[in-house]
Amino acid sequence: MKYEPVIGLEVHAQLATRTKIFCGCSVSFGDEANSRTCPVCLGLPGALPVLNREAVEHAIRIALAVGCTVQERSRFLRKNYFYPDLPKGYQISQFQSNEEMPLATGGGIDIPSGNGTKTVRLIRIHMEEDAGKSIHDEAFVPDGESMVDVNRCGVPLIELVTEPDIASPDEAYHFMSRLRQLLTYTGVSEGDMEKGHIRIDANVSIRPVGTSGLGTKVEIKNMNSIRNCRRALELEIMRQIDSSETGGEIIQQTLLFDPDRSRLRPMRGKESSDDYRYFPEPDLVPVVVDPVWVNRVRATVPELPHARRARFASAYGLRADQIDTLIADRKVADYYEAVVSAGAEPAATANWVQGDVLRTLNERKIDIAELKATPEGLAALLEMIGAGTISANIARDVFAKMAETGASPEAVVERQGLAQISDASHIEGLVDKVIAEHTDVVDRYRSGDRKLLGFFMGQIMKATRGQANPKVANQLLRQKLEDGTARA
Amino acid sequence: MVAVYGKPLNERPAHELTASILSGKITSRQLVEAVFHCIRTTNPALNTYITLNETEAIRKAEEIDARVSAGDPVGPLAGIPVALKDLLCTRGLLTTAGSRILANFIPPYDATAVARLREADAVIIGKLNLDEFAMGSSNENSAYGPVRNPHDPTRVPGGSSGASAASVAANQTVLALGTDTGGSIRLPASFCGAVGLKPTYGRVSRYGLVAYASSLDQIGPVARNVRDAALLLNVIAGHDPRDSTSVDLPVPDYTAGLETGVAGLTIGLPAGYFGQGLDNEVRAAIIEGVGVLREAGAEIREVDLPVACHPAYSVAAYYIIATGEASSNLSRYDGIKYGSRAEGDDLIDMYCRTRSTGFGEEVKRRIMLGTYALSAGYYDAYYLKAQKVRTLIKRDFEGAFESCDLLAAPVSPTPAFRIGEKTRDPLQMYLSDIYTVSVNLAGIPGVSVPCGVSAEGLPIGLQLLGPAFKEDRLLRAAYVVEQELTR
Repeated sequence: MKYEPVIGLEVHAQLATRTKIFCGCSVSFGDEANSRTCPVCLGLPGALPVLNREAVEHAIRIALAVGCTVQERSRFLRKNYFYPDLPKGYQISQFQSNEEMPLATGGGIDIPSGNGTKTVRLIRIHMEEDAGKSIHDEAFVPDGESMVDVNRCGVPLIELVTEPDIASPDEAYHFMSRLRQLLTYTGVSEGDMEKGHIRIDANVSIRPVGTSGLGTKVEIKNMNSIRNCRRALELEIMRQIDSSETGGEIIQQTLLFDPDRSRLRPMRGKESSDDYRYFPEPDLVPVVVDPVWVNRVRATVPELPHARRARFASAYGLRADQIDTLIADRKVADYYEAVVSAGAEPAATANWVQGDVLRTLNERKIDIAELKATPEGLAALLEMIGAGTISANIARDVFAKMAETGASPEAVVERQGLAQISDASHIEGLVDKVIAEHTDVVDRYRSGDRKLLGFFMGQIMKATRGQANPKVANQLLRQKLEDGTARA
Repeated sequence: MVAVYGKPLNERPAHELTASILSGKITSRQLVEAVFHCIRTTNPALNTYITLNETEAIRKAEEIDARVSAGDPVGPLAGIPVALKDLLCTRGLLTTAGSRILANFIPPYDATAVARLREADAVIIGKLNLDEFAMGSSNENSAYGPVRNPHDPTRVPGGSSGASAASVAANQTVLALGTDTGGSIRLPASFCGAVGLKPTYGRVSRYGLVAYASSLDQIGPVARNVRDAALLLNVIAGHDPRDSTSVDLPVPDYTAGLETGVAGLTIGLPAGYFGQGLDNEVRAAIIEGVGVLREAGAEIREVDLPVACHPAYSVAAYYIIATGEASSNLSRYDGIKYGSRAEGDDLIDMYCRTRSTGFGEEVKRRIMLGTYALSAGYYDAYYLKAQKVRTLIKRDFEGAFESCDLLAAPVSPTPAFRIGEKTRDPLQMYLSDIYTVSVNLAGIPGVSVPCGVSAEGLPIGLQLLGPAFKEDRLLRAAYVVEQELTR
């Protein structure tokens, strides 16, 4: 019996707002515990929530980007349960039922599948507040005790739920990559998985190939990387198939993935379903999103990856793999286009951005917004290479300097006297000198060892501190070496 | 000390005292000292105050006096002692909600209503006893002991803002703030012979009010006369961006035009409120109060509000909605972050011990009721159904106000009952609220103004109800009754 997996995902993404969803505390990462709090997010007696408009706009923007229908009226509900990192004893969230509409419904994301693409349909996107962090790690806390940090309480989240349309761990991987890219492209989330901006829950079951029913599903909670998600799904599917093939029964349960041991284990104390006693949040008024507001937000949806990909192909004539690298981060793509707008040639620019620019970001561990070398500067640098003012090799040193100081390429070249030496007569003199000093090597070259041209080029470059125009030097060397006319 | 003639300072109306302080005839310090003197002598018997703020109050009084002497501008309540139901958060001052579970809770912030009082230069003198978490109709459910009615210490002052009304009636303070979720200002005002007003839902900010039932709670003034209540309402009313349910409408001067009278107004008497169960003395006093309004030129007519004024529906809907919301609002008292904690063997044990020992019987009863009403399988039959009944109640009032400008009704079926008389049967206690709860469910404003006294000398209040945001009309009608009956 062959089985196929059926996977649905629930993704929580932290919105990139300045402040929390129901209070004015700022959203930040890594602060001293319990320092970003106020009566509201602490759940002090008498505190009341006030909805953050920016959070709603972010939610609307991603909803539009994935083709959802934004509900004109939705409201918040209380999800009641007790846990130390939930100060109020309830989470303000949204719900979907016959009576309750979340902020947005429907929509989908296309992913590669087989030789083509398929659409993973979404059920809904809704807004909610995050809970705090419980710390049980014995490294920080005495054994048997736990501590609570409420900084994260009230951070705005969207929860995005898919239909069980995902048919393999790879598809889940592609879906999450695409989703994460959309979230960062639209500026809705910073999408930094290491900071926990995106958390993934999965529901996974198996069924005999060709059938359409749904088997018992197992929930895997709180996966914090796309790769871990794929790995966890692989393990669980294998387990379910093994179990089914040996006559075992799949029981509904909730699992956690341990990335260090690459293992799944049951989550302690989780019953089959909690009664959250949902009821409409009486401290908030319904969220009304009229078409005017939707259209205003729609205008802020940037060109999305698939559209950008198509445009890059037609406008710049780049290869698919180049485009993928360039558009992976929207700000890098913006940077690229700014360089081209400043007059640089698309193909050369692509090489430079993919190469030196991205490498510089990596080495300095910075975001492209912090890069001191401006697009105009890079365009000017490429222009200088094209005009022969400097060699490509020297240009890379110049770029490094631009990235370090923010100086223009002209300034760097001038200050360091890096202008390319293209004066043929000057180079010719050097060529003559080099040939005269290495007659034995000249003989070997002339006897057939053509590779030794590199040696002579090296000598010329050494003598000119790398600034000799390579083409000119190369041409003159060949000429002199081959026709034997070297002035003594 | 300057000799002061006439009534003791703490017994005078706020609207006279403000003028006297501004003119320098008296000082706020004298007034505040008179208040504390009264408290010292009467508090042991009445048990109205949980926390006193004497040092700070004297300091504030002296500051006001200095500013008045210097001719600097001061706020509309400058130097006036105000006491607060211990359900309003006061920065740096113990706030217990009448419960053991908050016995050590000192808020780091002021409720908006409190902040506005401070801006108006009122002198906050202390925190008043109450039914625990505002759950009660007699102020017998406090972890700090029951409050006694100043007119008869063997009787209850009403609840849950029992001490707010008792303290004002006993001249322990000039003004007080109470809260009303199902009648908790109006009932004690009636039992103690004070004026108590529940504003329209959304008129006064709930930010900083320890929540009982979020969709029903309102903070309101308790005073010895209508003008004082209006003065206090002026200060606390108004939109607050920190409260999403507060309404952005302008606040009129509620003291302006109080003498306008009621000529030409139509006042409706809901038939359902004058049936069985209404004590004869109360009925007589209400009729007398209504008679005053008729004499003053109002047209009185009978109206029918079949759902709103039907005790079975309104009380049931109230106790399901209020306890449902309360069960959620009180979840935060878990011993983790603030308040009392009882240690346990593990997390669940700690939760159970903390909440079992920290909450009183009535609070636990209502949490259980509310949890049940919200739980899976019962939500539709209880909470959802009650909300639908609530819509019908609201429509009944809207319908009545199409033909009437105000409604008049009793506040309570009886005058103040004896301490311990109704505590054996919670449902009996809940029936004290039959004339008051539908007002909160509909969100409309209501006031209780004294209109008579029983043969045993117990005060009886007349309840006036108005359309949303028509507190000015309510106060004018209450003023007519007061002026006529206290001449």
